[in-house]
Amino acid sequence: MKAQGTVFKYADNIDTDVIIPARYLNTQDAQELAKHCMEDIDTSFIQKVNQGDIMVAGWNFGCGSSREHAPLVIKTSGIDCVIAKSFARIFYRNAINIGLPILECEEAADAIAAGDKVSVNFDTGEILDETTGATFKAQPYPAFLQKIIAAGGLMNSIKEAQQ
Amino acid sequence: MGMTMTQKILAAAAGLETVEAGQLIEAQLNVILGNDITTPVAINEFNKAGFTSVCDPSTINIVLDHFVPAKDIKSAQMCKQCREFAHQYDIEHFFDVGKMGIEHALLPEQGIVTAGDCIIGADSHTCTYGAVGAFSTGVGSTDMAAAMATGKTWFKVPSAIKVELTGSLRPWVSGKDVILHLIGLIGVDGALYKSLEFTGEGVASLDMDDRLTICNMAIEAGAKNGIFPVDLKCSTYLTGRSQRAWKIYKADEDAEYEQTITIDLSTLESTVSYPHLPENTHPASEGKDIRIDQVVIGSCTNGRLGDMEAAYKVLKGRKIADGIRGIIIPGTMEIYKECIKRGYTEAFLDAGCVVSTPTCGPCLGGYMGILAEGERCVSTTNRNFVGRMGHVKSEVYLASPETAAASAIAGCIVDPREYFEE
Repeated sequence: MKAQGTVFKYADNIDTDVIIPARYLNTQDAQELAKHCMEDIDTSFIQKVNQGDIMVAGWNFGCGSSREHAPLVIKTSGIDCVIAKSFARIFYRNAINIGLPILECEEAADAIAAGDKVSVNFDTGEILDETTGATFKAQPYPAFLQKIIAAGGLMNSIKEAQQ
Repeated sequence: MGMTMTQKILAAAAGLETVEAGQLIEAQLNVILGNDITTPVAINEFNKAGFTSVCDPSTINIVLDHFVPAKDIKSAQMCKQCREFAHQYDIEHFFDVGKMGIEHALLPEQGIVTAGDCIIGADSHTCTYGAVGAFSTGVGSTDMAAAMATGKTWFKVPSAIKVELTGSLRPWVSGKDVILHLIGLIGVDGALYKSLEFTGEGVASLDMDDRLTICNMAIEAGAKNGIFPVDLKCSTYLTGRSQRAWKIYKADEDAEYEQTITIDLSTLESTVSYPHLPENTHPASEGKDIRIDQVVIGSCTNGRLGDMEAAYKVLKGRKIADGIRGIIIPGTMEIYKECIKRGYTEAFLDAGCVVSTPTCGPCLGGYMGILAEGERCVSTTNRNFVGRMGHVKSEVYLASPETAAASAIAGCIVDPREYFEE
């Protein structure tokens, strides 16, 4: 599995309220919700993002509410991967559960700039900044989580285990 | 090496003698929770995966609290979906308008959560129930769906930070000030993936409502859970209330903690978190230049009877300042009724406040007190992120009920102690 795209870069402590404000949570329609992804801190994101792009951020990405709508709108907006220095724990679980690839890599999050072209190899954890030529290595997923990811999310992996 | 209190509960839930930090386990759950925002997503996942039965309906709790009584057609549809699911799967612990309360005020009050439990909820503030000696943590909707189907979930066993409490709180200072102080100290990711285990002789002086408030905001330091030991005050609270037998777990003497933080409760002052992170803490006494437009007293953090009592003591016989909108939201129907019986409601109305039916409403910018551009609110809620209570250029200042009520009277942020001693 690979991702390749242009980087949208954000700061530390990006919370789920700015990823998808609760005022829109009276619907579960991912397409409808995705129109508002990041709008409280970056009104241009949703106009500029293309399928396959990559989000890079600092510490504690996805802090706050448990809303699964947060990784879902990021994925639906077209983002194929989030690289951050660290993730809030509920966001981490939710991203794995719904199939949004996320990688923890402090060096990459520091070095990669907004607008850079970046490619990511999820099998090896290798991150290449094609704009600068710099390479980085993210922490691989534990085997247990790789199983969930390979099954296409938590519900599928439970179904597989029950069969 | 010994285990922390959290690790002991997790070991028992996983059917293991011992566990250690970092270990991946599968745990049996006593309580599974969802609300009107997260449950519909869970129901969709449950149905999509083709499940046609729940593991144990008695463990499942669905509380409609975020946008009810339904604020619009879309919210009404989500509530309807929850209602139909609860009916289809015989979920007894389904709390609709008239029976509902704010989930984390309701479940402890009703004795649905108890000591020794292993609990997940599709709501980040599920960590509240650590106050009754349970392991309890927030998850997403898909985790809720999987748990409804299997009765279990996976956890990575957390390491822990020990928070040693000494002394006792001064008048006008309460549990909210303790947790805001701690978050200010360690930051919004200071306890990321870890347990916050509260301990020490200072614990005994804290009321259950204070402990519930403290554990409620453990997530605001990034923690997996917050937990208090089960002492006499806690077992007295559970007696006659807990719907199930409970079990008391204690941390081992030689349990390993990554860090120990000591807080002398008697030194704490009224504390306020300024926008836009809960870690931006300041003494309330420094807020006199901050004019405010609205005060909200309620939420899963501070909507309990003790919080209503604290607000009553400040507001009784006084008027909130001209131009301030005071919104008071008792957390459950029981609390609502008790506020009427004790005369709190009348005092709130006489002070110029409104009193709402239980709802999460304004805390997350849902309804019932949304802020316009440039407006400021002192709120007893738990988050002050950008746009949390309304317009992206509005501001939320987090505070205790005492500070919020005193600030409503002053029209600016004040330390309740100073304000009433002047």
